[in-house]
Amino acid sequence: MRRFAGAAKSAKMIYPIPPGTRDVLPDEMRELRRLHLALIEVFEGRGYGEVATPAIEYDEVLARGDGRTADSAYRFFDERGDLLALRPDMTVPIARLVATRYANAELPLRLCYLANAFRAVRPQRGQMREFAQAGVELIGAPAPQGTAEVVEVLEAALDAAGLDRAVIGLGDADLHRQLLTEFGVEGEVRNSVLERLAMHDLVGLEVELSEAGIGEERCATCVALSQLRGGSEVLEQARALGGAAVERATARLGETFEALQARGAADRVQIDLGLLRHLGYYSGAILEVYDPALGYVLGGGGRYDGLLKRFGVDLPAAGFALYLERVHVAQMEEESRREDS
Amino acid sequence: MSVEVAGMGRAKADGPLKLAVPRGALLEGTLDALDAVGIDTAAARGGSRSLIFPGEAITLVTMRPSDVPTYVEAGAADVGITGKDVLLEQADRMVYELLDLGFGRCRMVLAGRQGDERLGEAERRLGMMRIATKYPRVAERYFEATGRQVEVIEVKGSVELAPLIGLADGIVDLVATGRTLEENDLEERQEIAVCTARFVANRVAHKLRSKEVDELTAKLREGVAQ
Repeated sequence: MRRFAGAAKSAKMIYPIPPGTRDVLPDEMRELRRLHLALIEVFEGRGYGEVATPAIEYDEVLARGDGRTADSAYRFFDERGDLLALRPDMTVPIARLVATRYANAELPLRLCYLANAFRAVRPQRGQMREFAQAGVELIGAPAPQGTAEVVEVLEAALDAAGLDRAVIGLGDADLHRQLLTEFGVEGEVRNSVLERLAMHDLVGLEVELSEAGIGEERCATCVALSQLRGGSEVLEQARALGGAAVERATARLGETFEALQARGAADRVQIDLGLLRHLGYYSGAILEVYDPALGYVLGGGGRYDGLLKRFGVDLPAAGFALYLERVHVAQMEEESRREDS
Repeated sequence: MSVEVAGMGRAKADGPLKLAVPRGALLEGTLDALDAVGIDTAAARGGSRSLIFPGEAITLVTMRPSDVPTYVEAGAADVGITGKDVLLEQADRMVYELLDLGFGRCRMVLAGRQGDERLGEAERRLGMMRIATKYPRVAERYFEATGRQVEVIEVKGSVELAPLIGLADGIVDLVATGRTLEENDLEERQEIAVCTARFVANRVAHKLRSKEVDELTAKLREGVAQ
């Protein structure tokens, strides 16, 4: 254990904690608990039963869900020499749980959680290495209705947290992958183009695309698509750019958006064709949550219809997770804004 | 004197878009680019010591170029302008890079002493080179990508000093004209990257203030094209 030099000299001993972790004291804990209860009440009220899973899993199990387990910061061996890891999110552990314990359950299956997860992020950046996530998983309900239900629950959760200005970005995880395949961009080049897109490095994106040798017009299509965000009109604008991949993705998004409209839940949804999430298991609809009071994303989610199959049960699934601490910060900001006005 | 700017707390403002402006070498070019798209920069030009210059549609916030990604990533500034060298060094900062503004062109290079084979010598006989730089992460990535092992030594001030008095075998640094290198008997060996000023945006601002961000991007793009 590291101690600060001089700590032993003073009468008061100061023992540090690992970077990216923190203590929670009663005032904050009281507010977090209130938020926690409000969210779980929303989830339970809509038929989502709360579950808990171990914070440590076999590394092999986590890697089966998402090949990019570089995210799990903490790995260690147990007394038998098996490699363990702290979970980087709840979606993969719940997929494991569903495959093992609910393989023959009546569908759809509705589960929710509030749990701590662990990631190897650099601290001091508004992001902790240990953080709480509150979310739901809807298993066995395909798009578009399953997606629409998840978005509806997410909206209710944001309302319960007092974030009435929050916006939900709705995109499609397959759009750019399929578009690049259609353009004949494969392998390494495709991966680095997708990486540029995920980071929204448009300058780098244009360079990568022009090096891929697909012609100016197709480059312009890729760049233009990534900038389309707004109401249902962006689907029209996207279709105007043409191509089979765009056609399929806008059809999927259009269906989801219509399902949301039918539920009266489309007002806070921003269709975003530039949305791309880093986690490897997403397919189809993807979600991100923003609030004007905070510069960081509040949470995200989407569909992962192929994930359960990796655990032996082929079921469509969707869900979302909110970063509890960030929701709390946004809640505080929104409260003080309301008091000011 | 206190400057009253709406929503300057922790929260992102709902008022004017906040634009992070880099002080130093990029300041002039930045203000010219902003002038060209109709943003009033007169107050920021006057040699004033204020850091914040409120405006009708856009508030200018001045800072060190290397702080721009920090403020923009956190959403304290909605958009900003800084050099690609800064973005390369802070590649893990999640900011959207929307546009190459073209001005402030510099090159990131590997340089050694003129007519001196110490770089190659160190690599051959000692297996690795010692490289002094203000851009340790750029340097590490570059040598890793080119399969060479180096000891990167981070310095804060004039990097040119390091190979002259034996701290390092070579340097990785930004050059504009190459005069500083020349005056210190150094010469360029390899080019690592070309760096120009870039327009960046906060991820949430890019989504929630899309109209303003897109309009500003489009106007700046027109300015670059001219």
